Amino acid sequence: MSELSVDLTLALGPRTVRAQFATGGASVCVLGPSGSGKSTLLRAIAGLDRRAQGTLTFGHEPWQTAAGVSVPSWERHVGWVPQDGLLFPHLDVAGNLAFAARADIAPIAELVRVSHLLDRRPRHLSGGERIRVALGRALARRPKLLLLDEPFAALDGALTTSIVAALAEYVRAERIPVVVATHDAASVAPLASVTLEFVGDRLVQRG
Amino acid sequence: MTLDVGRAIELSLTVGVLASLVGLVPAGALGWLLARKEFRGKALLTSLAMVPLVLPPVVTGLLLLHLFGRASPVGAAMAAVGWPVPFTQTGAVLAAVVVGFPLYVLTIRTAIEAVDVRYEDVSASLGVPPARTFWRVTAPLALPGLAAGVVLAFARGLGEFGATAVIAGNMEGRTRTIALAVYSLLDAPQDDPRVVTLVMASLVLAMGSLVAWEGLNRWQRRRLELDV
Repeated sequence: MSELSVDLTLALGPRTVRAQFATGGASVCVLGPSGSGKSTLLRAIAGLDRRAQGTLTFGHEPWQTAAGVSVPSWERHVGWVPQDGLLFPHLDVAGNLAFAARADIAPIAELVRVSHLLDRRPRHLSGGERIRVALGRALARRPKLLLLDEPFAALDGALTTSIVAALAEYVRAERIPVVVATHDAASVAPLASVTLEFVGDRLVQRG
Repeated sequence: MTLDVGRAIELSLTVGVLASLVGLVPAGALGWLLARKEFRGKALLTSLAMVPLVLPPVVTGLLLLHLFGRASPVGAAMAAVGWPVPFTQTGAVLAAVVVGFPLYVLTIRTAIEAVDVRYEDVSASLGVPPARTFWRVTAPLALPGLAAGVVLAFARGLGEFGATAVIAGNMEGRTRTIALAVYSLLDAPQDDPRVVTLVMASLVLAMGSLVAWEGLNRWQRRRLELDV
């Protein structure tokens, strides 16, 4: 799997934090209290944070160099799942899954357990359902890297366990590395083998 | 005095519709630019776009006459290709476009600003470049607000008087819209049926536009899930 190599200084309001790590192709879990920089790091990797300074390389592609962004977000082939899902409100669940799909959406809908919701509008979904659709929408485009921002906060425990297990199996089979930001390392343990944590203004590796 | 009430109403409707159509692309482009981009001179550009809102319409008309009159290069060129501006329906549409432009831009800017920019982020992260993201995400989400802008520009064009009188004149059957017809009939007795018809037509069109505008705004809020 492709290695993600990050050396970024992230701007969080008035302060900055340094995120420096290389995944060696592994999936990583990023811990830290809210406001510590987890979401900003994921946005920067997705190419959506213009204030991030530094370098970012995925596989052999330099996504960001000291001279500025070199690869725009729409050419990075990431699957970004933002915290609140951000489903397109003018499209139903099927429309959201198919938005950028490069694969049949039926098995994806099955994987994230939304097959029974395909004709629903986002406003008629629960928080957990929205996140699952957002996850499916990101997977349907066959990303090279999956970025999950607190994905399971809105899901109940039993469902989280089964979806995390199915997702872990899927990304292993498809060889998709994952960067997952969470405050609950235990819930995403099957997904990531390396744990990083924001401590003060630095990102450090744990255990 | 010859004054065809039906023709005046028809002219007003034509000018209103044409003004909202002609203004859509420039107002849409400027509204998007002001809603989504930061650049040097943005404050100046915003102020310039708002000028017709506060300038006396008669002055706007006079400036347009200078720009598009037969003595000006632009006006001479347009007359040469058979499309003269002063004292024609083209002039009336031009006046309505320019005077309504600030409201048009403001409405569209507000409609686009109401669309959470993070939807565009999601679209970009899913591999959709900015131009296609605009058509697939921003425009559909802002659609009711954009339509409200069209309605408002139409309504403003219906009632345009000052600038129209200067650049298009008050020519029966060609540029005498409802507002100019009412002006022409100021000396007529108050119960002149023509005045009553024109006033009623104005009220109906204005109220109808505002009801449509309000409905579109509510649809916009529902579409963006601002209230469900």
